[in-house]
Amino acid sequence: MTHWPFLSLLIWMSIIGAAPVLLAGDRRPRLARWLALLVALLILAINLAMLPGFNDTTAAMQFTESHMWIRALDVHYALGVDGIAMALILLTTITTVLVIIGAWEVIKTRVHQYMAAMLVLQGFMIGVFAATDALLFYVFFEAQLIPMFIIIGVWGGPRRVYASLKFFLYTFLGSIFMLIGLIYLYSRAGTFDIAALQALPLGMDAQTWLFFAFLLAFAVKIPMVPVHTWLPDAHVEAPTGGSVVLAAVMLKIGAYGLIRFALPVTPDAAQHYAWLVVGLSLIAVIYIGFVALVQEDMKKLVAYSSIAHMGFVTLGLFIVFMLIRSQQGNAAELGMQGAMVQMISHGFVSGALFSCIGVMYDRLHTRQIKDYGGLARVMPWFAAFMVFFAMANVGLPGTSGFVGEFMVILASFAANPWLALLAAFTLVIGAGYTLWLVKRVVWGEPPNAHVAAMPDVNAREALVMAVFAAFVLAIGIWPEPLVRMLDAPVSQLVQTLGHSKL
Amino acid sequence: MSWNDVVTLLPELYLIGAICVLLLLDAFSGARHRGAVHWLSMLVLVITALLVVAGHQATPVTAFNGMYISDTLAEILKLFALLSVALVFVYGESYLCERKVAIGEFHTLMLFGLLGIMLLVSAGNLVMVYLGVELVTLSSYALVALDRDSPRSTEAAMKYFVLGALASGLLLYGMSMLYGATGTLDLAGIASTLPFTPHHTLAVFGLVFVIAGIAFKFGAAPFHMWLPDVYEGSPTPVTAFVASAPKLAAVGMALRLLDLGLMPLAPYWREMLAVLAVASLAIGSLVAIVQTNLKRMLAYSTIGHMGFLFLGLSAGTAFGNAAAVFYAIVYALMSTAAFGVILALSRAGFEADKIDDLRGLNQRSPWFAGMMALVMFSFGGVPPLLGFFAKLLVLQAAIEAHMLWLAIVGAVAAIISLFYYLHVVKVMYFDKPIDDSTLSVSSDASLRWVLSLNALALLVLGVLWGPLLDWCQRAFVG
Repeated sequence: MTHWPFLSLLIWMSIIGAAPVLLAGDRRPRLARWLALLVALLILAINLAMLPGFNDTTAAMQFTESHMWIRALDVHYALGVDGIAMALILLTTITTVLVIIGAWEVIKTRVHQYMAAMLVLQGFMIGVFAATDALLFYVFFEAQLIPMFIIIGVWGGPRRVYASLKFFLYTFLGSIFMLIGLIYLYSRAGTFDIAALQALPLGMDAQTWLFFAFLLAFAVKIPMVPVHTWLPDAHVEAPTGGSVVLAAVMLKIGAYGLIRFALPVTPDAAQHYAWLVVGLSLIAVIYIGFVALVQEDMKKLVAYSSIAHMGFVTLGLFIVFMLIRSQQGNAAELGMQGAMVQMISHGFVSGALFSCIGVMYDRLHTRQIKDYGGLARVMPWFAAFMVFFAMANVGLPGTSGFVGEFMVILASFAANPWLALLAAFTLVIGAGYTLWLVKRVVWGEPPNAHVAAMPDVNAREALVMAVFAAFVLAIGIWPEPLVRMLDAPVSQLVQTLGHSKL
Repeated sequence: MSWNDVVTLLPELYLIGAICVLLLLDAFSGARHRGAVHWLSMLVLVITALLVVAGHQATPVTAFNGMYISDTLAEILKLFALLSVALVFVYGESYLCERKVAIGEFHTLMLFGLLGIMLLVSAGNLVMVYLGVELVTLSSYALVALDRDSPRSTEAAMKYFVLGALASGLLLYGMSMLYGATGTLDLAGIASTLPFTPHHTLAVFGLVFVIAGIAFKFGAAPFHMWLPDVYEGSPTPVTAFVASAPKLAAVGMALRLLDLGLMPLAPYWREMLAVLAVASLAIGSLVAIVQTNLKRMLAYSTIGHMGFLFLGLSAGTAFGNAAAVFYAIVYALMSTAAFGVILALSRAGFEADKIDDLRGLNQRSPWFAGMMALVMFSFGGVPPLLGFFAKLLVLQAAIEAHMLWLAIVGAVAAIISLFYYLHVVKVMYFDKPIDDSTLSVSSDASLRWVLSLNALALLVLGVLWGPLLDWCQRAFVG
């Protein structure tokens, strides 16, 4: 079983599976939906079937495949996953199924193209996580912009053209400099193999340039302050499914890129400039939290909250360097693990929140907070889910949001109590904007007859929410399996970071 | 002249003979048999391609005392020039028939242009280079003016002719300086004489003019003035020709002149090409943004692409040369596909050459909207399409030749130019169509099929570009 090319199956079934969906055509939306769901479920099943064969005690790449792709440049079609990649691939396949179910009746025009774009996007995203060759990684990294661009631009809101172009150009701007960095690395190492690039000795000057090339590419994707401005636009204009995928998976690709490239390839530059990233992360956590507080559009609010939460991820990743400097290996591992748990958790929580907003939007066609109120009276089931996800967003113990944030704050405390104080501030601000949102939308009296007439969630919507809720709760109560999966690669990464390349 | 010389030159000799027969056939056959010229021309292309392949030699062969070189480089460029001319024939036929433009002349002039290209990429002597250049450009002037009742077409031809004549003059002047400096017209001879010539300044002086001539052929800034008018004014099939095969010829010409003949002056021409690359990248990416005419936009995009190609050439290494040839081939495939879509959407009285004409194309013809989107993403250099890998190779060549700054300029230009390619996708996918009627895409089945294959090749070769790169690299071994 373990010799099967599982990863290739995941990637290519998803991409090739889009073809029959596309062929179902505009006139048979039902067929397109069912086909898309079938493909997505099949991929999820394959992905789950990989779990028993997955060894979580080793940091080595598993399910590896390697074929010569371009002989002249020694580029390989090389795939492989460690615990970090595996967790993110699972997040991707689960999210895609939920997004396809979520879009069932919501997407009315050109259903086949929407579903096909989602499947292609899924294939490319899995490819990003699975690639162990830098050029292959880059190809998938860029290629996923095409389906997302189409999804935002075709099925998005009124300002979708602006948002989609901004999204594409912003990301391209960051990544093309990474491409130059990768070519430079290739000219030094003679290979695009990521493991070889990680082992390549580099001087401080080269490391600094490369570090900033990587940081630019991935900071745009995460997004970090100050290159975050595309995200609120993209989120607000994207259709619900687009927002869910964007928040749940695509933002993680940025952090994943930092883990795969910026940290291990340029450890000394990362060490040297850790203060910069930590500073930017704290700005994201605190300042963006305040920005979220004043939003009147629900999607914008959740988008800003995403930036703040991703700030926690980058904080966890770079606090590691301060801890390594002060010889606190265990705390460093804790911080990095917290960052990763936070990534997965945020994937589910933000995906769920965007789904909630989608449910409301489908009924009233507005995202303004002031148009809602008293949903607890008219939509009790929905209100229950919404309040639960809001609590997870705040980081209530027992939900997944708590685990990651707590680990990162503990690690920051070991580094510097003042840092921990600033980071913990997010709990207050996060509670502020999230609870205030819940207060205005869920509690109180329905402001008008339209709201009072809103039907509660149907079975399909309830299913999506229930699955999201199950994962949020599971990770919150019993994070052990996830943590164990991440443990080996994280401790190995922390060890590598401790060794200078100079 | 020996028998071997004739055999080496066989593809070209065959082509000349065939063109003459076609000319006579077109002149004396009745109007009823005019369609036959199209199929006979295709047949001629196939036979010529077979002759080129059959004439393959493991090592380079020269004929007529070094006037003519047959090697892998010439072979690659000839085959792809043949392919792109064949594509233009397929795409252009119904367009020309609908507009009642002389179809026989179109075919014979294209074939004469092709002959010029084949001679140019095989040139081993300055005279031969000049002969090839003139044959291509003279055919092109006539082709641009083919729709002689159209004022725009005539204007474009006039501008092209005046500027082209000037460029030919510059090239010839430069060649005479090189002859003065080295005393030989033979390119290999020039290369071996140059290091010992006392007239170094004279040679560099000549080099400047030669570079200007080359840049004009490419349409690289600041010698790009003719390009937008010619692209916009010519009948679209002619634009498709001008945008594809002659670029392959230009890269062949640059490599013969610079890599073969003027290698000792590499430090000079590398810098000159780098400057041309920066200028072309800037003009190509910035000016295209404001264009509303698709053909004109593609003209500026060509200028930008030639800037990228120069990144490879200015590296001056074997890898850089291979990257430049790869880029030219990819560019030819992309631009034939782009103009193919325009031709497929145009019909009598409707040119489909405004960007707005593509509005809402996805609703009216999803398949061709998809094909055009593939071409645009490929132009923009988005993986996994072929255009990305072409850009990757030239950037790599520049970086490995220690011209990181040039690669960064290229990267910035790639971001800016992506905007207008995305704009076309946006118009096709995000905008509402002007009217909801299903668009009548050309009824010509061969056009639809070949065009689809052409565009899908950009995707398929995006995965399987290794062999093409291998082939290009083989041209620069040793």
